[in-house]
Amino acid sequence: MSLLIRQGRVVDPASRIDGVQDVLVVDGRIGTVGPGLRAPQGTQVIDAAGKVVCPGFIDIHVHLREPGFEYKETVASGTRAAAAGGFTAVACMANTVPVNDNRAVTDYILAKARVEGVVRVYAIGAVTRGLRGEQLAEMAEQAEAGCVAFSDDGRCVMNAALYRRAMEYALPFGTPLISHAEDCHLAHGGVMHEGFVSTDLGLTGQPAAAEDVMVARDIVLAELTGAHVHIAHLSTAGAVRLVRDGKARGVRVTAEVTPHHLLLTDEAVRDYDPNTKMQPPLRSNRDVEAVLEGLLDGTIDCVATDHAPHALSEKEGEFAEAASGVVGLETAVPLLLDRLVRPGRLDLSTFVARMSSGPARVLGLPGGSLAPGAAADITILDLERPFTVDPAAFHSRSRNTPFRGVTGTGAPIMTIVGGTVVTP
Amino acid sequence: MTSREKAQVLDDTALDRALTRIAHEIVEQAGGEGVALVGIKTRGVTLAERIAEKIAGIEGTRPPVGALDITLYRDDLRLKAEQPAVRGTEIPFPIKGRTVVLVDDVLFTGRTIRAAMDALMDLGRPRIIRLAVLVDRGHRELPIRPDYIGKNLPTSRRESVAVMLREHDGVDRVVIQEPTDS
Amino acid sequence: MGWKRKDLLSLQDLEAAEIRDVLDTAGSMKEIATREIKKVPTLRGKTVVNLFFEASTRTRTSFEIAGKWLSADVVNFSASGSSAEKGESLLDTAKNIEAMSPDVVVVRHKASGAPALLARHLRCAVVNAGDGAHEHPTQGLLDLLTIREKKGHLEGLSVAIVGDITHSRVARSDIHGMKKMGITVTVAGPPTLIPPACQELGVKVSHRLEEAIAHADVIVMLRLQHERMESGLIPSLREYSRVWGLSLDKLKHCRPDVLIMHPGPVNRGVELSPEVADSRYSVILDQVTNGVAVRMAVLYLLAGSQPA
Repeated sequence: MSLLIRQGRVVDPASRIDGVQDVLVVDGRIGTVGPGLRAPQGTQVIDAAGKVVCPGFIDIHVHLREPGFEYKETVASGTRAAAAGGFTAVACMANTVPVNDNRAVTDYILAKARVEGVVRVYAIGAVTRGLRGEQLAEMAEQAEAGCVAFSDDGRCVMNAALYRRAMEYALPFGTPLISHAEDCHLAHGGVMHEGFVSTDLGLTGQPAAAEDVMVARDIVLAELTGAHVHIAHLSTAGAVRLVRDGKARGVRVTAEVTPHHLLLTDEAVRDYDPNTKMQPPLRSNRDVEAVLEGLLDGTIDCVATDHAPHALSEKEGEFAEAASGVVGLETAVPLLLDRLVRPGRLDLSTFVARMSSGPARVLGLPGGSLAPGAAADITILDLERPFTVDPAAFHSRSRNTPFRGVTGTGAPIMTIVGGTVVTP
Repeated sequence: MTSREKAQVLDDTALDRALTRIAHEIVEQAGGEGVALVGIKTRGVTLAERIAEKIAGIEGTRPPVGALDITLYRDDLRLKAEQPAVRGTEIPFPIKGRTVVLVDDVLFTGRTIRAAMDALMDLGRPRIIRLAVLVDRGHRELPIRPDYIGKNLPTSRRESVAVMLREHDGVDRVVIQEPTDS
Repeated sequence: MGWKRKDLLSLQDLEAAEIRDVLDTAGSMKEIATREIKKVPTLRGKTVVNLFFEASTRTRTSFEIAGKWLSADVVNFSASGSSAEKGESLLDTAKNIEAMSPDVVVVRHKASGAPALLARHLRCAVVNAGDGAHEHPTQGLLDLLTIREKKGHLEGLSVAIVGDITHSRVARSDIHGMKKMGITVTVAGPPTLIPPACQELGVKVSHRLEEAIAHADVIVMLRLQHERMESGLIPSLREYSRVWGLSLDKLKHCRPDVLIMHPGPVNRGVELSPEVADSRYSVILDQVTNGVAVRMAVLYLLAGSQPA
């Protein structure tokens, strides 16, 4: 079984390729990349002329909600949303019910993924039992079961001594710890970013400092332990500075940024739409500029959506009481193409790198390049395709997006996992 | 909608004469004692003040004058796109047991007077309410009849009657207007 | 100018001319309170629902009297607790109320933005009677009416708002309303009770009471909630009252014609000494009286802005 993708502009930053080439896939793996390739008998041919062919996009921060919150999302619906959004792999967070803090839950999620998953699914295990921040989870067994990283995402491990031990304990597995950096005392009660808008709206804010102090702490602890710490959904100018400094000093720190923190500021909260409520909150304009700069200069390694599905009933009431989080799998690529790549604020090659090789490197995953022999995970983009964000058409079970009705140009048109087209 | 002047009905002398006549009739019929004048805002108040002056000239004493805003008593509030401005009622004397003469510039459907009577009743229980108008232009929708009339003026419904007074408009005259868009 | 809004959600939304409109209308409404029969038929057949998710006897009573003097049918609906606690969402509650065809819904809620949410979903007029730490527009309007009555004008005056600015919806409505009417506003309080970027609201910020009130024509003292102490924003009520409470002694350095206002209920001995609360400077009861007039004006203007 083979597949030939013809005449597309191949953008593969990891292999330093950017030009019109053909890509031949054989038995689920990349065979050859080059001009004018001949298709063997029975090859499926995809005409990609005028399109962009990239290594499959990887989202290392999603909430698939299964087990426990199947009304919000399932492995099946979440991976379908991923495929529709141009992602060939996702890594799912541990805050399910039961929490993914032991091998049985990891096995369950990965088994589900094998049967129902449309794209590749990697599991992230909990750092502490029940995400309670008190006692380490059984990370060794979870690593054995396939967990690629550990995180209490959704909560911050406030006990620095415990977090230090977690970093040390995880060293032999080579898995990073992913930090949800939020000092819960500084952030206490805050439902949005603390600043003029929170003052104006009469909503309790949480200062950027609540994130900064934790990023600082985690970098210090990574330095102490030699562990790799990855900062989830980095959102402040201060945190960019801290990570940049940490990297310069050789600390093993990496970071991701979400599309919404790249595209929206706290001004979006003005009409109290709970779809603009997330953790960390939408920040100031200065922060948005800083995270984009960090993404460009490599301080931030990758984009991750923090895809956080919630049912309508959890997202339509009072802002202060609504659930935090937005879906992102089906909007990330089009929005970033239209808002950042198209106006030239982010060049296409860097964009592709931060969506593919960047996240692969952070979690040590296969993929992220179209090098011969690699699994044939491929995302094809059409930079000229117009789109309208229509939550009703989402493949996700949830519709909580602040981008409803937004229009633009540029979208993923085909997602290929292991040589098979999985676009729903 | 713009309108143009069709005819002048009263000039300043005729208007003054009409008010003098009304003043005399009020004195004759109601006697000076206990009469109070209540003008309906805005021009009715001005007319009431002028009539009071004339009664003072005839009787030697000036009857008290109050100002009534009937906005809160209108029956057409919800037919309007927006609420008319409330301008406030000032009647600084008790009306209980008194003869109250309501004064308005133009009597048309009678709805304003209906509202004015309701408003007066809420302020106390006058012995008698009478009605003085400068112009009665007909087209009544309620069984209301003026006691003192400056001028009977048959009009068509599409016309309007404009009462202009020195205090507001710099001139005393009454004209009939008709819409120009016909 | 005429009133064209469906809802009254904040003073930030209003134009100066609209504020003037409400104040003028309220001024006229005051006459009704002086009558023997305090009732006009204006809103006969209209239904006003007081939808209070947070207890507030004063504000609710004020709206109730206002509606009744205008002959509206006023219904009180008290729903305590959050939507999560009572198992029915805010929108469900509101849609149930709407199914009973009210003309105006008056909402008090502890969540900032709750009235705006209802206004988006309900066809009837929505009045914000206080939402979280956001706004309390009728309080702002009655404060303006009281100042205008006592001082004869608003433009050019100087007002000090003192106390817990961060958590005060009254402060926000006052600030927006006063700024629009040409008043200079200074807010003062311990830095832990001044919200971030407060000066961007167009006010001066002071951390000294004496400095803030020295030249003020009006001082608005805010109520201090006891829980501010528990959440560590101030060390003790005793210290707060000594530093930030208004006493006759501190008033000595103020203008002789200064007005003291307070949205109520007053914590006597905390933000105001009893002598100040009862002094000739205090117009706290005038505020209450004007509250009814302002709410009559608001109900009148909103009930008329509805489709026939």
